[in-house]
Amino acid sequence: MNEQNIFIVRCGEVALKGMNKPYFERMLVDRIKKNVKRFGDVDVRRHEGLIFVRADKSIDKDALLKEISKVFGVASISPAVEAESHLDAIGEEAVKYMLELIETKGIKTFKVEAKRADKNFPVKSPDIARIIGAKVLIGCKVLKVDVHNPDVHLFVDVRHDKSYIYQQKIAGFGGLPLGTNGKGMVLLSGGIDSPVAAWMMAKRGMVIEAVHFHSYPYTSPRAQEKVEDLARIIASYCGNFKMHVINLLPIQEQIVSNCPEEETTILVRRFMMRIAEKIAEKNRAMMLITGENLGQVASQTAESLVVTDNCVKMPVMRPLIAMDKVDIMDKAEEIGTYETSIQPYEDCCTVFLPKHPTTRPKLERIEESESKLDVEGLVAAAVASEEIVHIKA
Amino acid sequence: MLVYLDNSATTRQYDRVTDEMKKVMDDFYGNPSSLHTLGLDAEKKIRGARKTIADSLGASEDEIIFTSCGTESDNTALYGIAHSKRREGNKIITSAVEHPAVLETCRSLEKEGFLVEYIGVDRECRLDTEALKNAIDDNTIMVSIMSVNNETGTIMPLQEISKLTENIVFHTDAVQGYGKVDLTNCGADMISLSAHKIHGPKGMGVLYVKKGIKLPPYILGGGQEKGYRSGTENVPGIVGFGTAARLAFDNFDERIKAMKNAREYLLAGIKDQIKDVLINSPADGAASVLNVSFLGTRGEVLLHTLEQDKIYVSTGSACSSNKKSRSQSHVLTAMGLNFKEIEGAIRFSFSEFNTIEEMDYVLDKLKTAVERFRRLGSFR
Repeated sequence: MNEQNIFIVRCGEVALKGMNKPYFERMLVDRIKKNVKRFGDVDVRRHEGLIFVRADKSIDKDALLKEISKVFGVASISPAVEAESHLDAIGEEAVKYMLELIETKGIKTFKVEAKRADKNFPVKSPDIARIIGAKVLIGCKVLKVDVHNPDVHLFVDVRHDKSYIYQQKIAGFGGLPLGTNGKGMVLLSGGIDSPVAAWMMAKRGMVIEAVHFHSYPYTSPRAQEKVEDLARIIASYCGNFKMHVINLLPIQEQIVSNCPEEETTILVRRFMMRIAEKIAEKNRAMMLITGENLGQVASQTAESLVVTDNCVKMPVMRPLIAMDKVDIMDKAEEIGTYETSIQPYEDCCTVFLPKHPTTRPKLERIEESESKLDVEGLVAAAVASEEIVHIKA
Repeated sequence: MLVYLDNSATTRQYDRVTDEMKKVMDDFYGNPSSLHTLGLDAEKKIRGARKTIADSLGASEDEIIFTSCGTESDNTALYGIAHSKRREGNKIITSAVEHPAVLETCRSLEKEGFLVEYIGVDRECRLDTEALKNAIDDNTIMVSIMSVNNETGTIMPLQEISKLTENIVFHTDAVQGYGKVDLTNCGADMISLSAHKIHGPKGMGVLYVKKGIKLPPYILGGGQEKGYRSGTENVPGIVGFGTAARLAFDNFDERIKAMKNAREYLLAGIKDQIKDVLINSPADGAASVLNVSFLGTRGEVLLHTLEQDKIYVSTGSACSSNKKSRSQSHVLTAMGLNFKEIEGAIRFSFSEFNTIEEMDYVLDKLKTAVERFRRLGSFR
């Protein structure tokens, strides 16, 4: 027995979804299967409201755990051992389990917590805990019981066919399984914010596709390399996706030559939104996602956001809108994009950065400036010039 | 048309070098330390290369140590002399415009307690020899001055320096000078060379150490290179270096003439056709480098614009929106150029393969790129 490593995976909100529960759970199982595919022979299946992952002992346990914890919709994971649902068998496995912990972690005290999902099991939960505790005490002479502050909480979960023994619950990210909430088109720059925004929407089950703007030769090809690196980190959570790459320079040249300097940034942003919307429509994404954050820079004042928002019909998701910069940075660290984001390459937003960008743009003024440009023509040309990069985790 | 004008960064390997190296990889794979004939054959190959390189410096074979790159040669020389002469003094003199391989080693030696003086340069990157003379004192154990500056092509007065350093070890980083200027009577006690700047392979360097200079080994092990530099010899790399040196020195005059022609033609064209430029290289600099600031532009944008026409150059600074992390050329800064002048600087560096026809093409594209940038500008 226990030739395999077993992981008990608990679903978070998925469990609340009523009639849709089987659908969400099936999606979650699919996502876990995809994430662990590269390890080879891993069995993932639903059973009595939990998901069980079984992998051969030869497979790196920690790496596997990490991949499972990256799946959105996973609330927590416990590496567990399995026993026949019989008190002698459970006791025997529990003793083995604890002996290993004594050797590897030097634990001295423990407490057993038991539950029985199988209510027909002839022994009640407190009695199971007492009996298994006694068996552990006899089997492991160095251990003592400490009900208040034990080194190890030994959980015993008695189920119909098999029972499970585990100690820790490793938290996942929660959220919902990917693919349960439509598709969004994220405006991905090389900065700290937009990768976090993409990740947060993906966490709520949204499939991600990206559009990236550059101003080559004003921006470096290395800046795009960096964005692709960021995209690959995001893809490690939410699967492979397409990134549409657009050169904004022809539009920036028109704006710089024809419109007031202080409006450059907001005008450029409106073009980005329009182009992203067109690409979203073509690729059946239902919303746009940006890393905008209220008040962070001139183009993100309330007035600017209103003017930016006004040029597209599609809803624009701004998951970071009310977060503080430090919290966004923490999140970026947590998901692993921060180090890549802070590499210093110029992005297309800063190439034509006016000295004094307007912070309270008026829609009429901006529209007036745009009337000097062939907006539709420029947008269509930009969309037609897209290059597609296939991002693979 | 592809025009490669970044020869100070690295050069395209001579076909003959590639052929020779392949032959060595295929047929002379023995370890030179092995006692059998395969080992001996490999050793003979190395000896041939060592002789070619020694001859090119007017040196003898036992003064040549093969290393893995110019940087390793610089590190070996500086650390070696500093540590072995610690009892005689603790002052090292170098220039403010050295390659980072020298500058960073000096900074590390400063942390060990050595005193390092960095001699300044003028607007054309010429060394302040008066300051150097005044800096040398009884406490000075080593002077390290490059032979040709990599960003401007300015030739440093090695012979003049060697007269000031008769009782002091004089090292020169000649990575940019080798194959461009005559080093046979330069007077240096130690010379760092690199193969890939003269159409040889990457990953190959040489340190010339004059007879009588005591240098402790930098890399310990099996005692190769007479114990100076252990590690199984990079036989194909050494042979590649030797072949490149032979080709470069057999045709030395023709090569320099070709570079000079291209350089002068481009320089005249730039002065003639593009307004508001600043020539940062001296008229009597090495034939291999031309550094020009196109005022009111950004070098990196020009670089990427030219790259679209398959013209490859280098800049004086990497642009970045983050002012703090903006990396600017320490050489141009030391020359007293202001930020705008540095920002618009481009380095063209030549090889014998560049032609007048190419320069016409470059001038045409360069003019367009500069005009476009100046029209469009950037607000910063």
